[in-house]
Amino acid sequence: MLKFATRRFGLSLLILFVAVTVMFLMIRAVPGDPVQIMLGPRATPELQAQLTAALGLDQPIWKQLLIFYGNLLQGDLGTDVFSGRAVTDIVFQQLPYTLELIFASILWSATLGIALGAYAAAHPNTLIDRIAAAISVSFVAAPAFVVALLALLVFAVHLQWFPAIGAGDGFLDRLDHLVLPAFAIGLSWVGYIARLVRASMLEVMGESHVRTARAFGIAERRVVMVYALRIAILPVVTVIGVGMGFLLSSAVFAEIVFARPGLGKLVIDSITTRNYPIVMGSVLISTALFVVSTALADLINALLDPRARTSH
Amino acid sequence: MTDTLLEIDNLSVDYETGRGDLQALRDITFNVNKGEIVGIVGESGCGKSTLISSILRLTAPNTRFREGEIRFKGQDLLQVSERHMRDLRGADISIVFQDPMQTHNPVLTIGQQMLDIQHRSKQSKADKRAHATKMLGAVGIPDPEARLKQYPHEFSGGMRQRIAIAMALMSEPDLLIADEPTTALDATLEVQIIERLQELQREFHCAILFISHHLGVIAELCDRVVVMYAGAVVESGDVREIFHDPKHPYTRRLIECDPGHLKERARVLPTIPGEVPDLANLPGGCIFRDRCDQALARCATEVPPLDQLKEGHHAACWLNHEEATS
Repeated sequence: MLKFATRRFGLSLLILFVAVTVMFLMIRAVPGDPVQIMLGPRATPELQAQLTAALGLDQPIWKQLLIFYGNLLQGDLGTDVFSGRAVTDIVFQQLPYTLELIFASILWSATLGIALGAYAAAHPNTLIDRIAAAISVSFVAAPAFVVALLALLVFAVHLQWFPAIGAGDGFLDRLDHLVLPAFAIGLSWVGYIARLVRASMLEVMGESHVRTARAFGIAERRVVMVYALRIAILPVVTVIGVGMGFLLSSAVFAEIVFARPGLGKLVIDSITTRNYPIVMGSVLISTALFVVSTALADLINALLDPRARTSH
Repeated sequence: MTDTLLEIDNLSVDYETGRGDLQALRDITFNVNKGEIVGIVGESGCGKSTLISSILRLTAPNTRFREGEIRFKGQDLLQVSERHMRDLRGADISIVFQDPMQTHNPVLTIGQQMLDIQHRSKQSKADKRAHATKMLGAVGIPDPEARLKQYPHEFSGGMRQRIAIAMALMSEPDLLIADEPTTALDATLEVQIIERLQELQREFHCAILFISHHLGVIAELCDRVVVMYAGAVVESGDVREIFHDPKHPYTRRLIECDPGHLKERARVLPTIPGEVPDLANLPGGCIFRDRCDQALARCATEVPPLDQLKEGHHAACWLNHEEATS
């Protein structure tokens, strides 16, 4: 298990390195000179040259990359061009808002999705199963930004049950502010996870070892909940791990629609102003988040499935 | 009879399918006495699996019990409650399935699974564990204590089948159903498993219903044999009678086709020409008629009854009548 974890960690670092390098090169390929955008059209050439040197943009690109990694290893992501604050401060200030949104979304959608899917699989081809299927498919088909806008209109503006914008202060208030955005970006995941669990569950229930468990008179509930669900859940864990990355992009919508602070909003704002250090900082953290969550999913899978541990 | 354990009486089972009812079992009648080993032989698709899942009542949802009874210790299993049926499974009636690679739960340790199946026992966990260790030792798993902590994929196929046998015998059942337990194993392992099964049977005195298409194993292990063809019993009787004086052409062909019975080297292994009839659309008369080289005129129109020819030897063939009259 330790060997598996070490190897998986090494792979994560490699993925992170490749992703960050690609992003570093990509943002420099985007048209628009950051210095001109920052200083405006009437800046003197001397001023422009000064800022270019300050940002290190006069160096060849490979050298810029080396400097970036050199600083990164010392925990330095550079400074914000406008405010002069450390990028790490800005990013880590926004990170908790995005994290709580993603975790809240995953938590409610996975819980409901697994329950719905397992229930549908226990009663295949019945009316309940068909209703669950209809609900799941319509949930999957609902884009997060449409759901976000509708939820905002209905529950915040019209019914006024939940706050419309911001992230709130204090535990309960923050929870209150989480409801609508988490609902909006988690909804399609409920349907997706439910379909996945149903299919996976039906497959496992047909396997020989389930028949063996029944042939030994083990109670049906234990057969379903322990003997089958523990295997059926494996693909769901993987999907949730990867899903964290997708949720990160859905979080951008939610953060814009609900005017929430967060990583997504930070990235969008800094890309439009060519604020390279902030973009790189946020991308690095988002990528790290994605890499960590997929690695975590693999580790959980290895814990749940002894076969995964030895096959690597 | 007081020593009868399992009586299958006139059992007919259908599968409801899109193209009509499939008559998987028709008029199956035979019994298993206490402590006896009965073999069931037949080609794939002859209804062996339907028969055993019917005995355990673990059938597919589209199964319909059209007629007959399955009496276990005098009680009709098709009538008892699901709750009662569950109490019998793994306690009075145990089963060893065909494929040892798929038969255990892959994410639970062997020890956990062996503890789980003792769910009816009031013993402490330590006692159950000790019992599991003892059983693994009895089927010849070395270092059983340590191996309880391992997962199924850490065992070889032969070991997994021995574990399956250990699990099935744990509750000292009255009836052990072995569904082709050696088909998925190679020949040397097959011999080992059969010998182990014989030893354990002598120790536990359980009856065994042994399903196989390997005649050599049946001859070696069983007291009596039931030969099935296309969902019906065509012949049944004492193992010696069946092998030395088969009274149904299908049984004769089956024995001729067994590679172990070939007396000289053959370039082409003998086969029975033709195919098993369509169970959804059965022909009239004898089911084996199309493949039989001795078929008579009446075989096409009349179904031969399963007659008693000698004490305990039954066969369903008009040829036996012909011999009797001529």
